[in-house]
Amino acid sequence: MAVDNISFNIDEGEMFGFLGPNGAGKTTTMRMIQCISPVTEGKLEVMGMDVNTHQREIKSFMGVVPQENNLDMDFTVYENLLVYSRYFDIPKEKAEKRIEELLDFVHLQEKRNVMTESLSGGMKRRLVLARALVNRPEILILDEPTVGLDPQARHLIWDKLRGLKKQGVTIVLTSHYLDEVEKLCDRLVVMDNGKILVEGSPTGVIEEYIGSDIIEAEHNSELMACLEKKEVNYEVIGDLVHIYPDNSMELSEYLLMECSLSKISARPATLEDVFLKLTGRRLRE
Amino acid sequence: MRISEYIGIPEVSSRSIKVWQRNRDVFLKDIKLNFLPPFLEPILYLLALGFGLGKFVESIDGVPYARFIAPALIAVSVMYASFFECSYGSYVRMYYQKTFDAIVATPLTIEDVIAGEMLWGATRSMINATVMIPVIGLFGLIDLKYSLMIIPFAFLGGLLFAAIGMCFTAITPNIMSINYPVLLFITPMFLFSGTFFPLSALPVAIQYFAVALLPLTHIVNVIRSLSYGILSSSILFDVTWVLLVSGILIVLSINLMRKRLVI
Repeated sequence: MAVDNISFNIDEGEMFGFLGPNGAGKTTTMRMIQCISPVTEGKLEVMGMDVNTHQREIKSFMGVVPQENNLDMDFTVYENLLVYSRYFDIPKEKAEKRIEELLDFVHLQEKRNVMTESLSGGMKRRLVLARALVNRPEILILDEPTVGLDPQARHLIWDKLRGLKKQGVTIVLTSHYLDEVEKLCDRLVVMDNGKILVEGSPTGVIEEYIGSDIIEAEHNSELMACLEKKEVNYEVIGDLVHIYPDNSMELSEYLLMECSLSKISARPATLEDVFLKLTGRRLRE
Repeated sequence: MRISEYIGIPEVSSRSIKVWQRNRDVFLKDIKLNFLPPFLEPILYLLALGFGLGKFVESIDGVPYARFIAPALIAVSVMYASFFECSYGSYVRMYYQKTFDAIVATPLTIEDVIAGEMLWGATRSMINATVMIPVIGLFGLIDLKYSLMIIPFAFLGGLLFAAIGMCFTAITPNIMSINYPVLLFITPMFLFSGTFFPLSALPVAIQYFAVALLPLTHIVNVIRSLSYGILSSSILFDVTWVLLVSGILIVLSINLMRKRLVI
Protein backbone atom coordinates (compact mmCIF):
# COMPACT_ATOMS: atom_id res chain seq x y z
CA MET A 1 0.00 0.00 0.00
CA ALA A 2 1.59 3.24 -1.19
CA VAL A 3 -0.91 5.69 0.26
CA ASP A 4 -3.15 5.28 3.26
CA ASN A 5 -6.34 7.09 4.07
CA ILE A 6 -5.52 10.33 2.27
CA SER A 7 -8.13 12.96 1.59
CA PHE A 8 -7.70 16.09 -0.51
CA ASN A 9 -9.65 18.44 -2.66
CA ILE A 10 -8.26 20.47 -5.54
CA ASP A 11 -10.26 23.45 -6.74
CA GLU A 12 -10.80 24.35 -10.36
CA GLY A 13 -8.21 26.78 -11.68
CA GLU A 14 -5.78 26.56 -8.79
CA MET A 15 -2.19 25.43 -8.68
CA PHE A 16 -1.83 22.62 -6.17
CA GLY A 17 1.38 21.03 -4.95
CA PHE A 18 2.16 17.59 -3.55
CA LEU A 19 5.32 17.65 -1.47
CA GLY A 20 7.13 14.93 0.38
CA PRO A 21 10.36 12.99 0.53
CA ASN A 22 11.02 10.10 -1.85
CA GLY A 23 8.63 7.28 -1.19
CA ALA A 24 6.07 9.52 0.49
CA GLY A 25 3.33 8.50 -1.97
CA LYS A 26 3.25 11.61 -4.17
CA THR A 27 3.80 9.85 -7.46
CA THR A 28 1.28 7.16 -6.57
CA THR A 29 -1.28 9.83 -5.76
CA MET A 30 -0.54 11.54 -9.07
CA ARG A 31 -0.82 8.23 -10.92
CA MET A 32 -4.20 7.63 -9.34
CA ILE A 33 -5.40 11.05 -10.46
CA GLN A 34 -4.13 10.19 -13.93
CA CYS A 35 -6.14 6.95 -13.86
CA ILE A 36 -2.98 4.88 -14.31
CA SER A 37 -2.80 3.23 -10.89
CA PRO A 38 -6.09 1.79 -9.66
CA VAL A 39 -7.70 3.10 -6.50
CA THR A 40 -8.18 -0.07 -4.44
CA GLU A 41 -10.08 1.47 -1.57
CA GLY A 42 -12.00 4.68 -1.13
CA LYS A 43 -13.09 7.05 -3.84
CA LEU A 44 -11.26 9.46 -6.12
CA GLU A 45 -13.14 11.70 -8.48
CA VAL A 46 -11.69 13.93 -11.17
CA MET A 47 -14.08 16.48 -12.68
CA GLY A 48 -16.90 14.61 -10.99
CA MET A 49 -15.97 11.29 -12.60
CA ASP A 50 -14.72 8.17 -10.81
CA VAL A 51 -11.13 7.37 -11.84
CA ASN A 52 -11.74 3.63 -11.77
CA THR A 53 -14.60 3.71 -14.24
CA HIS A 54 -14.13 6.80 -16.44
CA GLN A 55 -10.46 6.68 -17.25
CA ARG A 56 -10.77 7.43 -20.96
CA GLU A 57 -12.98 10.48 -20.39
CA ILE A 58 -10.82 11.86 -17.61
CA LYS A 59 -7.62 11.35 -19.56
CA SER A 60 -9.04 13.19 -22.56
CA PHE A 61 -9.26 16.34 -20.41
CA MET A 62 -5.85 15.90 -18.90
CA GLY A 63 -2.27 16.78 -19.81
CA VAL A 64 0.64 14.98 -18.15
CA VAL A 65 4.28 15.96 -17.74
CA PRO A 66 5.85 12.82 -16.25
CA GLN A 67 8.97 12.72 -14.12
CA GLU A 68 10.91 11.03 -16.89
CA ASN A 69 10.95 12.55 -20.37
CA ASN A 70 9.21 9.78 -22.29
CA LEU A 71 9.31 11.47 -25.67
CA ASP A 72 9.01 9.20 -28.68
CA MET A 73 12.61 8.98 -29.82
CA ASP A 74 11.63 7.40 -33.11
CA PHE A 75 10.20 10.76 -34.18
CA THR A 76 11.15 14.40 -34.66
CA VAL A 77 9.87 17.22 -32.46
CA TYR A 78 7.01 17.97 -34.83
CA GLU A 79 6.11 14.32 -35.36
CA ASN A 80 6.05 13.76 -31.61
CA LEU A 81 3.29 16.31 -31.25
CA LEU A 82 1.41 15.10 -34.30
CA VAL A 83 1.48 11.44 -33.32
CA TYR A 84 0.45 12.37 -29.78
CA SER A 85 -2.48 14.45 -31.00
CA ARG A 86 -3.74 11.36 -32.81
CA TYR A 87 -4.10 9.51 -29.50
CA PHE A 88 -6.65 12.18 -28.53
CA ASP A 89 -8.57 11.85 -31.79
CA ILE A 90 -7.75 15.44 -32.73
CA PRO A 91 -8.42 15.95 -36.46
CA LYS A 92 -5.20 16.44 -38.41
CA GLU A 93 -5.84 20.00 -39.60
CA LYS A 94 -6.78 21.17 -36.16
CA ALA A 95 -3.77 19.41 -34.69
CA GLU A 96 -1.38 21.01 -37.19
CA LYS A 97 -2.62 24.46 -36.25
CA ARG A 98 -2.38 23.65 -32.57
CA ILE A 99 1.16 22.33 -32.96
CA GLU A 100 2.34 25.58 -34.56
CA GLU A 101 0.96 27.49 -31.57
CA LEU A 102 2.63 25.10 -29.16
CA LEU A 103 6.01 25.23 -30.90
CA ASP A 104 5.86 29.01 -30.56
CA PHE A 105 4.73 28.72 -26.96
CA VAL A 106 7.70 26.59 -25.89
CA HIS A 107 10.18 28.23 -28.29
CA LEU A 108 10.95 25.13 -30.30
CA GLN A 109 10.06 26.27 -33.83
CA GLU A 110 13.67 26.00 -35.02
CA LYS A 111 13.96 22.47 -33.68
CA ARG A 112 10.78 21.16 -35.29
CA ASN A 113 12.54 18.70 -37.60
CA VAL A 114 15.13 17.53 -35.11
CA MET A 115 14.99 14.03 -33.60
CA THR A 116 14.24 14.31 -29.89
CA GLU A 117 17.43 12.53 -28.83
CA SER A 118 19.57 15.48 -29.90
CA LEU A 119 17.60 18.02 -27.85
CA SER A 120 19.07 19.48 -24.65
CA GLY A 121 17.49 18.66 -21.30
CA GLY A 122 15.63 21.96 -21.18
CA MET A 123 14.32 21.56 -24.72
CA LYS A 124 13.11 18.03 -23.98
CA ARG A 125 11.24 19.29 -20.94
CA ARG A 126 9.64 22.08 -22.97
CA LEU A 127 8.61 19.60 -25.62
CA VAL A 128 7.07 17.34 -22.98
CA LEU A 129 5.13 20.36 -21.72
CA ALA A 130 3.97 21.19 -25.25
CA ARG A 131 2.94 17.57 -25.73
CA ALA A 132 0.91 17.70 -22.52
CA LEU A 133 -0.97 20.69 -23.93
CA VAL A 134 -1.82 19.23 -27.30
CA ASN A 135 -5.38 18.35 -26.23
CA ARG A 136 -5.98 21.74 -24.55
CA PRO A 137 -6.25 20.08 -21.12
CA GLU A 138 -8.36 21.44 -18.31
CA ILE A 139 -6.11 19.73 -15.80
CA LEU A 140 -2.35 19.67 -16.11
CA ILE A 141 -0.36 17.17 -14.03
CA LEU A 142 3.35 17.79 -13.60
CA ASP A 143 5.67 15.38 -11.81
CA GLU A 144 8.81 17.36 -10.99
CA PRO A 145 8.56 19.61 -14.03
CA THR A 146 11.91 21.37 -13.66
CA VAL A 147 14.17 18.63 -12.37
CA GLY A 148 17.68 18.90 -13.78
CA LEU A 149 17.09 22.19 -15.59
CA ASP A 150 19.28 25.27 -15.52
CA PRO A 151 17.83 28.45 -13.92
CA GLN A 152 16.91 29.94 -17.29
CA ALA A 153 14.95 26.90 -18.31
CA ARG A 154 13.26 26.68 -14.90
CA HIS A 155 12.14 30.28 -15.08
CA LEU A 156 10.77 29.76 -18.56
CA ILE A 157 8.74 26.74 -17.40
CA TRP A 158 7.42 28.72 -14.38
CA ASP A 159 6.45 31.54 -16.66
CA LYS A 160 4.55 29.16 -18.93
CA LEU A 161 2.77 27.56 -15.98
CA ARG A 162 1.64 30.94 -14.66
CA GLY A 163 0.36 31.76 -18.13
CA LEU A 164 -1.60 28.51 -18.26
CA LYS A 165 -3.07 29.14 -14.83
CA LYS A 166 -4.27 32.53 -16.03
CA GLN A 167 -6.05 30.75 -18.85
CA GLY A 168 -7.92 28.77 -16.21
CA VAL A 169 -6.02 25.49 -16.36
CA THR A 170 -5.98 23.58 -13.07
CA ILE A 171 -2.40 22.61 -12.33
CA VAL A 172 -1.27 19.83 -10.03
CA LEU A 173 2.43 19.35 -9.44
CA THR A 174 5.02 17.61 -7.34
CA SER A 175 8.48 19.01 -6.81
CA HIS A 176 11.49 18.68 -4.57
CA TYR A 177 12.33 22.31 -5.27
CA LEU A 178 10.42 23.92 -2.46
CA ASP A 179 11.11 27.46 -3.64
CA GLU A 180 9.33 26.47 -6.82
CA VAL A 181 6.29 25.27 -4.93
CA GLU A 182 6.34 28.32 -2.69
CA LYS A 183 6.39 30.63 -5.70
CA LEU A 184 3.82 28.83 -7.81
CA CYS A 185 1.29 26.98 -5.71
CA ASP A 186 -1.90 28.36 -4.23
CA ARG A 187 -2.21 25.39 -1.94
CA LEU A 188 -0.19 22.33 -1.09
CA VAL A 189 -0.05 19.20 0.98
CA VAL A 190 3.03 17.68 2.58
CA MET A 191 3.00 13.88 2.51
CA ASP A 192 5.13 11.30 4.23
CA ASN A 193 4.80 7.53 4.59
CA GLY A 194 1.66 7.51 2.48
CA LYS A 195 -0.18 10.02 4.65
CA ILE A 196 -0.94 13.71 4.34
CA LEU A 197 0.72 15.67 7.16
CA VAL A 198 -0.47 19.20 6.43
CA GLU A 199 -2.56 21.08 3.95
CA GLY A 200 -2.75 24.81 3.28
CA SER A 201 -1.31 27.76 1.41
CA PRO A 202 2.50 28.12 1.36
CA THR A 203 2.44 31.19 3.59
CA GLY A 204 -0.22 29.72 5.85
CA VAL A 205 1.74 26.52 6.34
CA ILE A 206 4.97 28.41 7.03
CA GLU A 207 3.23 30.71 9.49
CA GLU A 208 1.60 27.82 11.26
CA TYR A 209 4.63 25.57 11.63
CA ILE A 210 7.60 27.94 11.77
CA GLY A 211 6.49 31.54 12.13
CA SER A 212 7.67 34.32 9.91
CA ASP A 213 11.42 34.27 10.55
CA ILE A 214 14.27 32.00 11.48
CA ILE A 215 17.49 33.01 13.24
CA GLU A 216 20.51 30.88 12.42
CA ALA A 217 23.43 30.90 14.84
CA GLU A 218 26.56 28.89 15.47
CA HIS A 219 26.15 26.13 18.03
CA ASN A 220 28.05 26.82 21.29
CA SER A 221 27.40 26.56 25.00
CA GLU A 222 27.11 30.29 25.51
CA LEU A 223 24.28 30.50 23.03
CA MET A 224 22.51 27.53 24.57
CA ALA A 225 22.62 29.10 28.00
CA CYS A 226 21.27 32.32 26.56
CA LEU A 227 18.43 30.55 24.79
CA GLU A 228 17.44 28.58 27.89
CA LYS A 229 17.15 31.83 29.78
CA LYS A 230 14.98 33.39 27.09
CA GLU A 231 12.73 30.31 26.73
CA VAL A 232 12.45 30.32 22.95
CA ASN A 233 11.95 27.40 20.56
CA TYR A 234 15.06 26.20 18.83
CA GLU A 235 16.49 23.20 17.03
CA VAL A 236 20.10 22.02 16.91
CA ILE A 237 21.24 20.89 13.46
CA GLY A 238 24.88 19.84 13.60
CA ASP A 239 26.98 22.95 14.08
CA LEU A 240 24.00 25.17 13.57
CA VAL A 241 21.08 26.24 15.70
CA HIS A 242 17.76 27.23 14.18
CA ILE A 243 15.84 29.55 16.46
CA TYR A 244 12.14 30.15 15.92
CA PRO A 245 11.43 33.55 17.51
CA ASP A 246 8.13 35.31 18.01
CA ASN A 247 9.82 38.59 17.30
CA SER A 248 13.03 38.14 15.35
CA MET A 249 14.23 41.77 15.55
CA GLU A 250 13.97 41.81 19.29
CA LEU A 251 15.55 38.40 19.74
CA SER A 252 18.48 39.02 17.37
CA GLU A 253 19.23 42.26 19.15
CA TYR A 254 19.07 40.48 22.48
CA LEU A 255 21.37 37.69 21.29
CA LEU A 256 23.86 40.17 19.85
CA MET A 257 23.89 42.48 22.84
CA GLU A 258 23.43 40.20 25.82
CA CYS A 259 25.11 37.03 24.62
CA SER A 260 27.91 38.72 22.69
CA LEU A 261 27.50 36.42 19.69
CA SER A 262 28.95 37.50 16.40
CA LYS A 263 27.73 34.97 13.86
CA ILE A 264 23.98 35.10 13.70
CA SER A 265 21.64 35.83 10.81
CA ALA A 266 17.90 36.25 10.55
CA ARG A 267 16.00 35.24 7.43
CA PRO A 268 12.38 34.68 6.44
CA ALA A 269 11.17 31.14 7.07
CA THR A 270 10.66 29.02 3.97
CA LEU A 271 8.69 26.01 2.94
CA GLU A 272 11.92 24.04 3.17
CA ASP A 273 12.02 24.72 6.91
CA VAL A 274 8.47 23.40 7.26
CA PHE A 275 9.29 20.41 5.10
CA LEU A 276 12.32 19.42 7.16
CA LYS A 277 10.52 20.03 10.41
CA LEU A 278 7.62 17.81 9.39
CA THR A 279 9.45 15.02 7.63
CA GLY A 280 12.70 15.05 9.57
CA ARG A 281 16.28 15.17 8.36
CA ARG A 282 16.78 11.44 8.03
CA LEU A 283 17.92 10.47 4.51
CA ARG A 284 15.38 8.66 2.37
CA GLU A 285 16.09 5.92 -0.15
CA MET B 1 -3.51 -14.49 -7.99
CA ARG B 2 -6.82 -15.50 -9.41
CA ILE B 3 -7.04 -17.44 -12.65
CA SER B 4 -9.72 -15.05 -13.94
CA GLU B 5 -7.11 -12.31 -14.08
CA TYR B 6 -5.40 -14.27 -16.83
CA ILE B 7 -8.32 -15.52 -18.85
CA GLY B 8 -10.81 -12.67 -18.51
CA ILE B 9 -11.55 -10.97 -21.83
CA PRO B 10 -9.71 -7.63 -21.77
CA GLU B 11 -11.44 -4.42 -22.77
CA VAL B 12 -9.79 -3.38 -25.99
CA SER B 13 -11.12 -0.41 -27.94
CA SER B 14 -10.77 0.63 -31.56
CA ARG B 15 -8.26 3.21 -30.36
CA SER B 16 -5.64 0.47 -30.51
CA ILE B 17 -5.41 1.38 -34.18
CA LYS B 18 -3.57 4.57 -33.09
CA VAL B 19 -0.74 2.44 -31.77
CA TRP B 20 -0.72 0.53 -35.05
CA GLN B 21 -0.49 3.88 -36.89
CA ARG B 22 2.39 4.98 -34.70
CA ASN B 23 4.38 1.87 -35.48
CA ARG B 24 3.50 2.08 -39.16
CA ASP B 25 4.81 5.66 -39.26
CA VAL B 26 8.10 4.56 -37.73
CA PHE B 27 8.28 1.67 -40.22
CA LEU B 28 7.67 3.99 -43.18
CA LYS B 29 10.51 6.27 -42.10
CA ASP B 30 12.93 3.48 -42.90
CA ILE B 31 10.98 1.82 -45.62
CA LYS B 32 13.96 0.86 -47.79
CA LEU B 33 15.75 -0.87 -44.96
CA ASN B 34 12.57 -2.56 -43.81
CA PHE B 35 11.72 -3.95 -47.24
CA LEU B 36 15.15 -5.37 -47.87
CA PRO B 37 15.04 -8.51 -45.68
CA PRO B 38 11.82 -10.02 -47.07
CA PHE B 39 13.08 -9.28 -50.55
CA LEU B 40 16.62 -10.57 -50.16
CA GLU B 41 16.21 -13.46 -47.72
CA PRO B 42 14.13 -15.76 -49.94
CA ILE B 43 16.54 -15.21 -52.80
CA LEU B 44 19.53 -16.18 -50.65
CA TYR B 45 17.80 -19.22 -49.15
CA LEU B 46 16.50 -20.41 -52.49
CA LEU B 47 19.91 -20.09 -54.12
CA ALA B 48 21.74 -21.85 -51.30
CA LEU B 49 19.24 -24.46 -50.19
CA GLY B 50 16.76 -24.75 -53.00
CA PHE B 51 19.11 -24.83 -55.94
CA GLY B 52 22.40 -25.66 -54.19
CA LEU B 53 21.43 -28.31 -51.65
CA GLY B 54 18.41 -29.20 -53.77
CA LYS B 55 20.67 -30.75 -56.42
CA PHE B 56 21.50 -33.52 -53.97
CA VAL B 57 17.95 -34.03 -52.74
CA GLU B 58 15.45 -36.15 -54.57
CA SER B 59 12.06 -34.60 -55.04
CA ILE B 60 9.84 -34.70 -51.96
CA ASP B 61 6.46 -36.31 -52.63
CA GLY B 62 7.05 -35.58 -56.30
CA VAL B 63 7.84 -31.93 -55.67
CA PRO B 64 11.27 -30.44 -56.45
CA TYR B 65 13.16 -29.43 -53.31
CA ALA B 66 13.21 -25.69 -54.07
CA ARG B 67 9.45 -25.75 -54.51
CA PHE B 68 9.12 -27.66 -51.24
CA ILE B 69 11.01 -25.14 -49.14
CA ALA B 70 9.76 -21.94 -50.83
CA PRO B 71 6.46 -21.80 -48.87
CA ALA B 72 8.34 -22.70 -45.67
CA LEU B 73 10.49 -19.62 -46.18
CA ILE B 74 7.35 -17.50 -46.19
CA ALA B 75 6.08 -19.26 -43.06
CA VAL B 76 9.38 -18.72 -41.25
CA SER B 77 9.34 -15.06 -42.21
CA VAL B 78 5.79 -14.73 -40.87
CA MET B 79 7.00 -16.21 -37.58
CA TYR B 80 10.14 -14.10 -37.30
CA ALA B 81 8.54 -10.78 -38.28
CA SER B 82 5.83 -10.69 -35.65
CA PHE B 83 7.66 -12.63 -32.94
CA PHE B 84 10.62 -10.26 -33.00
CA GLU B 85 8.43 -7.18 -33.39
CA CYS B 86 6.43 -8.09 -30.27
CA SER B 87 9.33 -9.42 -28.21
CA TYR B 88 12.49 -7.35 -28.63
CA GLY B 89 10.63 -4.54 -30.40
CA SER B 90 7.85 -4.20 -27.85
CA TYR B 91 10.24 -4.64 -24.95
CA VAL B 92 12.39 -1.77 -26.18
CA ARG B 93 9.34 0.45 -26.60
CA MET B 94 7.98 -0.55 -23.20
CA TYR B 95 11.13 -0.50 -21.11
CA TYR B 96 13.78 1.66 -22.78
CA GLN B 97 11.75 4.17 -24.78
CA LYS B 98 8.84 4.42 -22.30
CA THR B 99 6.55 4.72 -25.28
CA PHE B 100 3.76 2.81 -23.55
CA ASP B 101 3.89 5.13 -20.52
CA ALA B 102 3.48 8.15 -22.76
CA ILE B 103 0.54 6.60 -24.59
CA VAL B 104 -1.41 5.51 -21.52
CA ALA B 105 -1.50 9.14 -20.36
CA THR B 106 -3.92 9.69 -23.27
CA PRO B 107 -7.39 8.18 -23.67
CA LEU B 108 -5.78 4.88 -24.65
CA THR B 109 -5.50 2.13 -22.06
CA ILE B 110 -2.68 -0.38 -21.69
CA GLU B 111 -4.98 -2.98 -23.26
CA ASP B 112 -5.32 -0.80 -26.36
CA VAL B 113 -1.56 -0.36 -26.53
CA ILE B 114 -0.80 -4.09 -26.36
CA ALA B 115 -3.53 -4.93 -28.88
CA GLY B 116 -2.17 -2.25 -31.23
CA GLU B 117 1.34 -3.64 -30.89
CA MET B 118 0.15 -7.12 -31.82
CA LEU B 119 -1.90 -5.86 -34.75
CA TRP B 120 1.21 -4.16 -36.01
CA GLY B 121 3.33 -7.30 -35.49
CA ALA B 122 0.81 -9.26 -37.57
CA THR B 123 0.91 -6.54 -40.21
CA ARG B 124 4.65 -6.91 -40.50
CA SER B 125 4.21 -10.64 -41.09
CA MET B 126 1.70 -9.83 -43.77
CA ILE B 127 4.01 -7.27 -45.40
CA ASN B 128 6.82 -9.83 -45.49
CA ALA B 129 4.60 -12.45 -47.11
CA THR B 130 3.34 -9.90 -49.61
CA VAL B 131 6.90 -9.03 -50.66
CA MET B 132 8.05 -12.65 -50.78
CA ILE B 133 5.26 -14.08 -52.90
CA PRO B 134 6.22 -12.23 -56.12
CA VAL B 135 9.93 -12.84 -55.49
CA ILE B 136 9.35 -16.58 -55.14
CA GLY B 137 6.88 -16.37 -58.01
CA LEU B 138 9.64 -15.06 -60.25
CA PHE B 139 11.58 -18.26 -59.61
CA GLY B 140 8.49 -20.13 -60.74
CA LEU B 141 8.20 -21.86 -57.37
CA ILE B 142 4.63 -20.97 -56.47
CA ASP B 143 1.30 -21.76 -58.05
CA LEU B 144 -0.39 -18.40 -58.42
CA LYS B 145 -3.94 -19.82 -58.20
CA TYR B 146 -4.37 -19.49 -54.42
CA SER B 147 -1.19 -17.54 -53.70
CA LEU B 148 -3.01 -14.34 -52.74
CA MET B 149 -4.81 -16.23 -49.98
CA ILE B 150 -1.43 -16.56 -48.31
CA ILE B 151 -1.52 -12.82 -47.53
CA PRO B 152 -4.52 -12.77 -45.15
CA PHE B 153 -3.35 -16.04 -43.66
CA ALA B 154 0.05 -14.46 -43.01
CA PHE B 155 -1.77 -11.83 -40.96
CA LEU B 156 -3.51 -14.51 -38.92
CA GLY B 157 -0.29 -16.45 -38.43
CA GLY B 158 1.42 -13.18 -37.59
CA LEU B 159 -1.13 -12.52 -34.88
CA LEU B 160 -0.34 -15.92 -33.35
CA PHE B 161 3.40 -15.24 -33.16
CA ALA B 162 2.81 -11.67 -32.04
CA ALA B 163 0.85 -13.03 -29.09
CA ILE B 164 3.56 -15.60 -28.34
CA GLY B 165 6.20 -12.85 -28.43
CA MET B 166 4.08 -10.58 -26.24
CA CYS B 167 3.58 -13.30 -23.62
CA PHE B 168 7.35 -13.62 -23.28
CA THR B 169 7.73 -9.83 -23.21
CA ALA B 170 5.26 -9.73 -20.34
CA ILE B 171 7.19 -12.18 -18.19
CA THR B 172 10.82 -11.61 -19.17
CA PRO B 173 12.91 -10.06 -16.39
CA ASN B 174 15.18 -8.27 -18.89
CA ILE B 175 15.87 -8.01 -22.59
CA MET B 176 18.65 -10.61 -22.56
CA SER B 177 16.27 -13.27 -21.28
CA ILE B 178 14.26 -13.09 -24.48
CA ASN B 179 17.14 -15.15 -25.92
CA TYR B 180 15.73 -18.18 -24.08
CA PRO B 181 12.47 -18.48 -26.00
CA VAL B 182 14.34 -17.72 -29.21
CA LEU B 183 16.81 -20.50 -28.58
CA LEU B 184 14.46 -23.05 -27.05
CA PHE B 185 11.29 -22.43 -29.01
CA ILE B 186 11.67 -20.31 -32.14
CA THR B 187 14.86 -21.89 -33.50
CA PRO B 188 13.70 -25.52 -33.02
CA MET B 189 10.50 -24.57 -34.80
CA PHE B 190 12.48 -23.12 -37.67
CA LEU B 191 14.10 -26.51 -38.12
CA PHE B 192 11.50 -29.09 -37.06
CA SER B 193 8.13 -27.88 -38.30
CA GLY B 194 8.20 -29.52 -41.70
CA THR B 195 10.13 -26.58 -43.04
CA PHE B 196 13.20 -28.06 -44.74
CA PHE B 197 12.18 -31.72 -44.65
CA PRO B 198 8.76 -33.29 -44.23
CA LEU B 199 7.50 -34.04 -40.75
CA SER B 200 7.07 -37.69 -41.76
CA ALA B 201 10.85 -38.06 -41.58
CA LEU B 202 10.66 -37.61 -37.81
CA PRO B 203 9.74 -40.30 -35.23
CA VAL B 204 5.98 -40.53 -34.83
CA ALA B 205 6.02 -39.21 -31.27
CA ILE B 206 7.83 -36.08 -32.36
CA GLN B 207 5.42 -35.65 -35.24
CA TYR B 208 2.55 -35.57 -32.77
CA PHE B 209 4.48 -33.18 -30.60
CA ALA B 210 5.09 -30.86 -33.56
CA VAL B 211 1.43 -30.85 -34.57
CA ALA B 212 0.23 -30.30 -31.02
CA LEU B 213 2.73 -27.73 -29.78
CA LEU B 214 4.77 -26.20 -32.58
CA PRO B 215 2.64 -23.45 -34.12
CA LEU B 216 4.88 -23.08 -37.14
CA THR B 217 3.88 -26.59 -38.27
CA HIS B 218 0.39 -25.34 -38.99
CA ILE B 219 1.54 -22.17 -40.71
CA VAL B 220 3.86 -24.21 -42.96
CA ASN B 221 1.08 -26.70 -43.79
CA VAL B 222 -1.36 -24.01 -44.86
CA ILE B 223 1.08 -21.89 -46.85
CA ARG B 224 2.57 -24.96 -48.54
CA SER B 225 -0.82 -26.21 -49.54
CA LEU B 226 -1.82 -22.82 -50.96
CA SER B 227 1.49 -22.43 -52.77
CA TYR B 228 0.97 -25.84 -54.45
CA GLY B 229 -2.42 -24.58 -55.61
CA ILE B 230 -4.28 -27.17 -53.56
CA LEU B 231 -7.12 -26.44 -51.16
CA SER B 232 -7.17 -29.61 -49.10
CA SER B 233 -9.55 -30.15 -46.23
CA SER B 234 -6.63 -30.78 -43.90
CA ILE B 235 -5.81 -27.09 -43.81
CA LEU B 236 -9.14 -26.50 -42.07
CA PHE B 237 -7.67 -28.27 -39.06
CA ASP B 238 -4.55 -26.11 -39.22
CA VAL B 239 -6.50 -22.86 -39.55
CA THR B 240 -8.77 -23.83 -36.66
CA TRP B 241 -5.74 -24.62 -34.51
CA VAL B 242 -4.18 -21.26 -35.33
CA LEU B 243 -7.43 -19.36 -34.66
CA LEU B 244 -8.02 -21.09 -31.36
CA VAL B 245 -4.50 -20.77 -29.99
CA SER B 246 -4.19 -17.17 -31.23
CA GLY B 247 -7.39 -16.26 -29.41
CA ILE B 248 -6.18 -17.79 -26.15
CA LEU B 249 -2.72 -16.27 -26.34
CA ILE B 250 -3.93 -12.80 -27.31
CA VAL B 251 -6.14 -12.72 -24.22
CA LEU B 252 -3.37 -14.13 -22.06
CA SER B 253 -0.71 -11.74 -23.36
CA ILE B 254 -2.84 -8.64 -22.76
CA ASN B 255 -3.68 -9.78 -19.23
CA LEU B 256 -0.05 -10.60 -18.48
CA MET B 257 1.06 -7.21 -19.75
CA ARG B 258 -1.57 -5.45 -17.65
CA LYS B 259 -0.32 -7.33 -14.62
CA ARG B 260 3.22 -6.25 -15.42
CA LEU B 261 2.48 -2.62 -16.14
CA VAL B 262 -0.46 -1.57 -13.97
CA ILE B 263 0.92 -0.90 -10.51
